[in-house]
Amino acid sequence: MQSQATYNYKVVRQFAVMTVIWGIVGMLVGVIIAAQLVWPELNVHEFLSYGRLRPLHTNAVIFAFGGCALFATSYFAVQRTSHAPLFAPGLAAFTFWGWQLIIVSAALSLPLGITSGKEYAELEWPIDILITLVWVSYAVVFFGTIIKRTVSHIYVANWFFGGFILTVAVLHLVNSAAIPVTLFKSYSAYAGVQDAMVQWWYGHNAVGFFLTAGFLGMMYYFVPKQAGRPVYSYRLSVVHFWALIFTYMWAGPHHLHYTALPDWTQSVGMLFSLILLAPSWGGMINGIMTLSGAWHKLRDDPILKFMITSLSFYGMSTFEGPMMSIKTVNALSHYTDWTVGHVHSGALGWVAMISIGSIYYLLPRLFGKPEMASKKLIEAHFWIATIGIVLYIASMWIAGVMQGLMWRATNLDGTLTYSFVESVKATYPFWTIRLLGGLLFLSGMLIMAYNMFLTIAGGKAVDAPVLAPAAAH
Amino acid sequence: MDINDLRSLFTVLAFIAFVGIVWWAYSDRRKTTYDEAAMLPLDDDSPFVPQAMQNQERKSS
Repeated sequence: MQSQATYNYKVVRQFAVMTVIWGIVGMLVGVIIAAQLVWPELNVHEFLSYGRLRPLHTNAVIFAFGGCALFATSYFAVQRTSHAPLFAPGLAAFTFWGWQLIIVSAALSLPLGITSGKEYAELEWPIDILITLVWVSYAVVFFGTIIKRTVSHIYVANWFFGGFILTVAVLHLVNSAAIPVTLFKSYSAYAGVQDAMVQWWYGHNAVGFFLTAGFLGMMYYFVPKQAGRPVYSYRLSVVHFWALIFTYMWAGPHHLHYTALPDWTQSVGMLFSLILLAPSWGGMINGIMTLSGAWHKLRDDPILKFMITSLSFYGMSTFEGPMMSIKTVNALSHYTDWTVGHVHSGALGWVAMISIGSIYYLLPRLFGKPEMASKKLIEAHFWIATIGIVLYIASMWIAGVMQGLMWRATNLDGTLTYSFVESVKATYPFWTIRLLGGLLFLSGMLIMAYNMFLTIAGGKAVDAPVLAPAAAH
Repeated sequence: MDINDLRSLFTVLAFIAFVGIVWWAYSDRRKTTYDEAAMLPLDDDSPFVPQAMQNQERKSS
C-alpha cells in the first residue's frame, strides 16, 4: 500500500456514524428499563424483562456506543499525530465489522437469557473469543501505526489509547477464562471469593481503562484541537498517565466491601481508590486549563461546552468515587441507587459528553463539510443533555441516600424500622424523575442523529492527505 | 526472606519508579521535547495554530 497518500478515514467514518446509532439504541434500552421500574407492567415478555434488558443496556452503552467512539477517535488521532495512515487497513476494516458482529450477537443473546452472569462481561464464550480476535487486531493496527509514524514523539493521547487497548486485552482474557459446557453455557475458571475478586478487578479496571484512560486519550487530542491551543501542561499529562497506570489496578476491592473478601484487601482497595483522586483531578485540571486565556470560546462554541462540561462531570464523579469507596460511606451507599447515580454521572456526564463533543468535531471533517449542518441543534443538544443528567443524578442521589437510611434504621428493640418494600415505594417518585432525565438525554441523541444526517447529506466522504514528516526533526 | 518481603520490596520499587518518572518528566531536559510534542495535534489543519504558537512562546519566555 505504498501509493496510499491519504489517511484512512473510511473506518473512522464507519465507527463515528455507528457511535451515534448505538448510542440511541443503548440509551433507548436504558429508558425502557427505567420505565419498567416505574411501571412493572412493562415487563411484557421474558425476552424484554428487566433482568435481561439491563445487561443489554450496559453492554450497548459501554461497548457499542463507547467502544465505537473509542475506535473512531483513536484511529483518527493516532493517524494524524503519527503523520502516517493506519497500519494494515484490511485488519482495521475487520475490527469494524467484527465489532458490529459482536454487538449484534450481544443484542440477540442477552434477551434470550444467554449469559455468563458476570457484570459487564455477560457475553458467552464464543462471543468472548470473537472479542479477543477483534481486540488483538485493534492492537496490531494501533501499535503498527505508532511504529510506522514519521514524527519522533508519540503524542500523549496515543499513550492513553495504547494503555487502554493493552489493559482491556489483559482484563478480558483473565476475567473471561471459563470452562465451556455447551455452545451457549460456560462456567468461570475461578470459584468463590476469588471469582468475585477477579470479576471486580476486571469490573473496576473496565471503568479505569475502558471508560477512563481511553476517553482521556480523546480529551488530550480533541480538547486542544477544538480549543485551538496545546494542552495546558504536557509534563502533567505524562505524570497523569503514569499515575493512573500505577494506581488504578488495585482499586477493584472497593466493590466488595463487607463481603467474604479479606478485610485487608478491602482496605487496600479503599486506599488506592482514595489515592486515585490525585491523578484524576490532575488530569481534569490539565484538560480544563487548556482553555485558560480563551474562556470566551466557551460562550459560542457548543462543542467546546460539551468537552469542558464532560471534564467537570469527570471531576465530580472522580471525587464522589473515592468518597464512596471509604468503608463507612460505602456502608450507606452500597446496593442503593446512589451507586447508579454515581455511574451515570461518569457515564453520561463524562464518557458520553466527551464522546459527543469529539464526534461533533469529527463528522464534518470526515464528510467534507466546514462544520456541522446546524450549530443551533448542537447547542440545543447540549442543554437538553445537561438538564437530563442533572435530573438523573440528583434524583438518584436522593433516592440512594434515602434507601440507605431506611435500610439501616432500627427500632429500640433492634428490629428493622422499614420493610424493604417500603423503601421501594418511597423511591417511585425519584425513579420517575430519573426516567425523565434519561428521556431528555435520549432526545439529545436523536437531535444529534438528525444533525448528523443533515451534515452527511450532500457531503462527500473525504480522506485528508497524510502530513509530511515533521520538519523539526 | 519470604514472599511477603518480596511483595513489599516490589511496592517500594514501584513507588521509587514512579517518583523517578515525576522527576524525569519535570526535568529541564524534557522541556523542548514536550513543547514540540504538545503541538503535534495542532500542527495540521487547525486555523488557530498561529495563535496557539504565540501563546506557547509567551509561556516559555
